[in-house]
Amino acid sequence: MAMKRKIAFIDLSTGKIETQAISEKIRRKFIGGRGLDSYLLYNHTEKGCDPLGPGNTLMISGGFLTATLASATARTHIMAKSPLTGLLGSANMGGFFAPELAWAGFHHLVIKGKAEKPVYIYIHNGEIEIRDATALWGQTTTETQWSIREELGDEEIKSLVIGQAGENLVRYANVMTGIKNSGGRTGMGCVMGSKNLKAVAVRGTMDINIAQPIEALEYNKKFIEQITSSKVNQTQGTLGTPFIWGATNSWGGIRTRNFQYNQCENADEIEPEAIDDIATETIGPHHMTGCFGCQVHCRAQYKITSGPYAGKYDEGPEYTSQGAFGGEPDCKKAETVLVGNHLVNQYGVDNLEIGSIISWAMELFEKGILTTEQTDGLDLSFGNDEALLEMVHRICLRKGWLGDVLANGGIPASETIGQDSFSYLIQVKGMSNLHSDERATPALALNIATSSRGSDHLRSRPAIDLYHLPEKVLHKIYGSPVPYEGKLSSEHTAYEGKPWQVYWQENCYMAVDCLGICKYHTVFLGPTLPNFEDWPKVIKYNTGLDFTPKEIWDVAVRCNMLERLFNLREGLTRDDLKKGDTLNHRYYDEPCQRGAPDVVGSTIDREKFKKMIDEFYLHKGLDNNGIPTPERLVKLGLGDEPSHLL
Amino acid sequence: MSNKVLKIDYEKCTGCRLCELVCAVKHDQVSNPARSRIRVVKWEAEGIYIPMACQQCEDAPCVNACPAKALTRNQEMGRVELDYDICIGCRTCVSVCPFGAMHFVPADRKVIKCDLCGGEPQCVRFCDVQAIQFVDEGEINREKGRAAAKRLRTAEGQAAALL
Repeated sequence: MAMKRKIAFIDLSTGKIETQAISEKIRRKFIGGRGLDSYLLYNHTEKGCDPLGPGNTLMISGGFLTATLASATARTHIMAKSPLTGLLGSANMGGFFAPELAWAGFHHLVIKGKAEKPVYIYIHNGEIEIRDATALWGQTTTETQWSIREELGDEEIKSLVIGQAGENLVRYANVMTGIKNSGGRTGMGCVMGSKNLKAVAVRGTMDINIAQPIEALEYNKKFIEQITSSKVNQTQGTLGTPFIWGATNSWGGIRTRNFQYNQCENADEIEPEAIDDIATETIGPHHMTGCFGCQVHCRAQYKITSGPYAGKYDEGPEYTSQGAFGGEPDCKKAETVLVGNHLVNQYGVDNLEIGSIISWAMELFEKGILTTEQTDGLDLSFGNDEALLEMVHRICLRKGWLGDVLANGGIPASETIGQDSFSYLIQVKGMSNLHSDERATPALALNIATSSRGSDHLRSRPAIDLYHLPEKVLHKIYGSPVPYEGKLSSEHTAYEGKPWQVYWQENCYMAVDCLGICKYHTVFLGPTLPNFEDWPKVIKYNTGLDFTPKEIWDVAVRCNMLERLFNLREGLTRDDLKKGDTLNHRYYDEPCQRGAPDVVGSTIDREKFKKMIDEFYLHKGLDNNGIPTPERLVKLGLGDEPSHLL
Repeated sequence: MSNKVLKIDYEKCTGCRLCELVCAVKHDQVSNPARSRIRVVKWEAEGIYIPMACQQCEDAPCVNACPAKALTRNQEMGRVELDYDICIGCRTCVSVCPFGAMHFVPADRKVIKCDLCGGEPQCVRFCDVQAIQFVDEGEINREKGRAAAKRLRTAEGQAAALL
């Protein structure tokens, strides 16, 4: 059963491998997945460790419910100290890796040290070996996966790999599995590269007992109906995430020309329907695919239709690629989005980060802060599709002066480039923002400013805030499993009540990240989707453990606090523009110029935003400096971390 | 006499493998695709996913080859059945099945095959995109026929437009 899945400690320096059971006590305190990883990170790294040194520890995990009948339990979580931010590194991806890891007997891998030469880890039904990867070094993400299958003679092996970006220590290299499932953010592929770890390959045929199989089956059926009956998931299942880009662009929430505009105009070729037409034309009417056990099937398949990469198969593009290779650099050719998406998947690099950083460089080029001398003659103007794609190659291969500089991440690059380049960089805690513009949505701005892994939408974004739900509905969602009597506003432009929503979402997302469930199966984009009230039964039927909604909430609060403790230990301070809970000054100073009437002219109000953060801290049990109160730490059972329970 | 059979339309399959999971849970109360009677074969690099299951053949190689006569065809139910009291576990059926749809489970030392869940196949019930359907054996080609006819109709329309 899920309770029998183990944790393995693998030291790449010494080759020592140990495995341990994960006790019920640990499960009750951290559940698993990202929550337990955050505990392991705090306990298995030294303060101030070099993210690229052997002292950094890499966690790879499935959730507590991975491979059970909990519906869409495909998520893999990857954690380490981030070489991009120097703070919390954390990435999450779908696919088929985590279930295979669970069938191979494990939920958590803790990888320490550094191998002398390229290696990969092979895990097979409880057995772990470290194998030579010299021949794999230099291969793309997909080549690596197919090579491992060929070498071991098993087509069912699932691998988590890095591409050339990770090998070249691009600070935002990702880890990948399958064609496009990416643990994208905070440079976890760079950490693997620094350890000479090319891949983790898994194959498992071990039983996971289901505590109450009939009930689990029937509840899964009910879940599927709940999930697939939501309009938002029906649209996801037809158009994929590009539909979000289309909707957001229509009201003016898409960063364009780095951060100069909030809407990409006349972009017919990269609108969701246009992208969908390409998938239909190149693959057929049934071109959607999905992760393990998921009925949302939000991922499109496509072939590139023109240009030097014509005929290449890939999956996506997600809305993040529309932003990275469309809106932000103001490029409007479908081919650019499709090729850009293909290149990042093959190199293994975070599309959000690379698109954002290149767009920033384009603005610096426009302002004359970067010159053609520094770009090695490249015309890095906005809207130059060829230059955009050329920069992707240069960064991933660290080619040319600018490619090498940008590969180090936004803040280090701004320090090299100098002048006032930093003031144009749209980042929080050193990680670039995704392609969205939050100037008209204070709740979303609070989300990116306080997110534990830097600017990011998947940590605490109350995306349903954009639906203008009646206050009664908001109170029903946000008033459970702990009561909330304060104000909640249906207006996305309001500041009141939003800190609670962000705090609630932070705990909601942590809970599903502990369980290993996809966020499309929770209150992320759909208010009717599963929630704290639904999970106790899923846990009970699949694992036999009893949890109340409040107990799940408490675990989430505890694990979020652990992430906060790690960030504080590594240097987070509230008002630090590079490591704090802060926004770029442009959010306050430059009004939105495009979009819906209530969006045009929007900025974030500095004073009101400060009060939002104060209130958010209050909910989290932090003082005004963002430091946890001793009472809250004791209440959460975190009075003396690191406690080394594992 | 007409029976229902599994109809697999691989073009609709998203490759999620929920069929494998529910099959294993239904039959063995565990999550483990290595115990599933249906398996999704994939060519990930091309995005092709094909669920493979017992075809309940009329003149089944497994039935013909079984030395112990443990496999028989139940004409009334329209399916091939395995009698574990007689089965000697020789795996001949696994070798001869042209679809690779007979499986051997090392943990249990036994052969497994699709039994259509006694008339309510769970793979069908859980496949939201209807890549696997449970249809009358006489109707299995109807959807394909209609789709082909539609293509012809469109082509004829285009041809007519050229005249």
